Amino acid sequence: MPEQSLWSMVITVLLAGILTDNMVLAKFLGICPFLGVSKKLNTAFAMGMAVILVMLLATAVTYPIYVFLLIPYGLEYLQTIAFILVIAALVQMLEVVMKRFLPPLYKALGIYLPLITTNCAVLGITLLHFTNQKIIDFAASTGAAANGYAAGSTFLVCMANALGAGAGFLLSMILFAGVRARLEKSNVPKFLQGLPITLIAAAIVALSFLGFAGVA
Amino acid sequence: MNGILIAIAIIGGIGLIGGILLAVISHFCNSGEENERLAEIRDALPGANCGACGYAGCDSYAEAVENGSAEPNLCAPGGKDTALKLSEILGVEIELTQKVARVNCNGCTENAQTKYNYTGMQSCKAAAALGGGMKSCDFACLGLGDCVNACEFGAISIKDGVAVVDEDICGGCGLCAKTCPKQVISVVTKKKSAVIPCNNKQKGGVARKNCKVACIGCSACVRACEFGAVTVENFLATIDADKCTACGKCVDACPQKIIVI
Repeated sequence: MPEQSLWSMVITVLLAGILTDNMVLAKFLGICPFLGVSKKLNTAFAMGMAVILVMLLATAVTYPIYVFLLIPYGLEYLQTIAFILVIAALVQMLEVVMKRFLPPLYKALGIYLPLITTNCAVLGITLLHFTNQKIIDFAASTGAAANGYAAGSTFLVCMANALGAGAGFLLSMILFAGVRARLEKSNVPKFLQGLPITLIAAAIVALSFLGFAGVA
Repeated sequence: MNGILIAIAIIGGIGLIGGILLAVISHFCNSGEENERLAEIRDALPGANCGACGYAGCDSYAEAVENGSAEPNLCAPGGKDTALKLSEILGVEIELTQKVARVNCNGCTENAQTKYNYTGMQSCKAAAALGGGMKSCDFACLGLGDCVNACEFGAISIKDGVAVVDEDICGGCGLCAKTCPKQVISVVTKKKSAVIPCNNKQKGGVARKNCKVACIGCSACVRACEFGAVTVENFLATIDADKCTACGKCVDACPQKIIVI
């Protein structure tokens, strides 16, 4: 792989997160809010924005913990447990702070934050930074001696990855909210009404995203 | 050994720092002006955040209940108990247990005339498609049990060709009323009152020819009622359960003797 400049890497990772590696429709993470909160367009949008915010914050906090705390002591195997701990505490803190200082934002996003605390898409993206082949290659190419992750540019790429994943989540939420709005009005056979038809529709939307898989 | 100690120290440390930060932040940020009733409603909810009520979680549902935009009986996991608790907090009567389905027809095989012998599929919907059903009265219960199948509580049974609702079991969901092709079932408030089990909106003579227990719209009950609870429209008397005191005067006055309490 030829060496990539930082910005082309950022854009590649961002687009990959939205389309080819879409959190919900390609990796099947975060299905619970995807099905639960996609009934209306405005709630789907608010939930998507909340997820973007939390993904960015979670990456910003867990990344240094992994790179400067877990790697030096050879404790990479603890990443899941450490990240859950950090994300749960972080989201709770965010909720309390938002409620106090940004009531309008809290009204818009706050009610979705407790749902995100244990959202596997958020935990997933913080873990996937370190198994994503593109990011591993990029980290190796930064030339930093001990581990490429310590370089600031790799951190930036990971933030772009988080933003892309969040935006991908938002995109799929909004798309699916539209699909469900159509479903509400259509004449569904009785045995398929409710969740069954929703799952079938989700599968078809996911299938359509398979078309992006070829785009590297 | 050393590795384990480091692992414990790091994870424990993260937990400790997170916990302390949370405690400090919530101590400084909680303004303490939270709506008490809202907190009470939230405590009464199961806290599963399942979203079955149609809201994002228990918090947002509690908020909607508190400001009156949501019914207190939407919580599926909490069921009846939660609905009762919520209505207690709000000080409103919930309609969960009060509604009951009623079959407005007493045209059993003995009372009602038939147009033809129906031997097809045992379904009201199928029978209704054949000239409106086998009963001479166009408004009658066909008694083939579509509502029995629709009922989730097992509250409906067919007796002598007419559906009968057991009001003690009925949950008042209205599924039967939606299923009935003759629209002879209505969902009403559960209350002891006089009832006219007839749905026939034809003129008295026609109605009586088709069924022995038809309401002929003679208005005798309207005159008998001291509370103005009975009205006649389209040759069919209906009793307003809110005004009815179940005194029984209309029962005596009815020439057809069809009113029951």
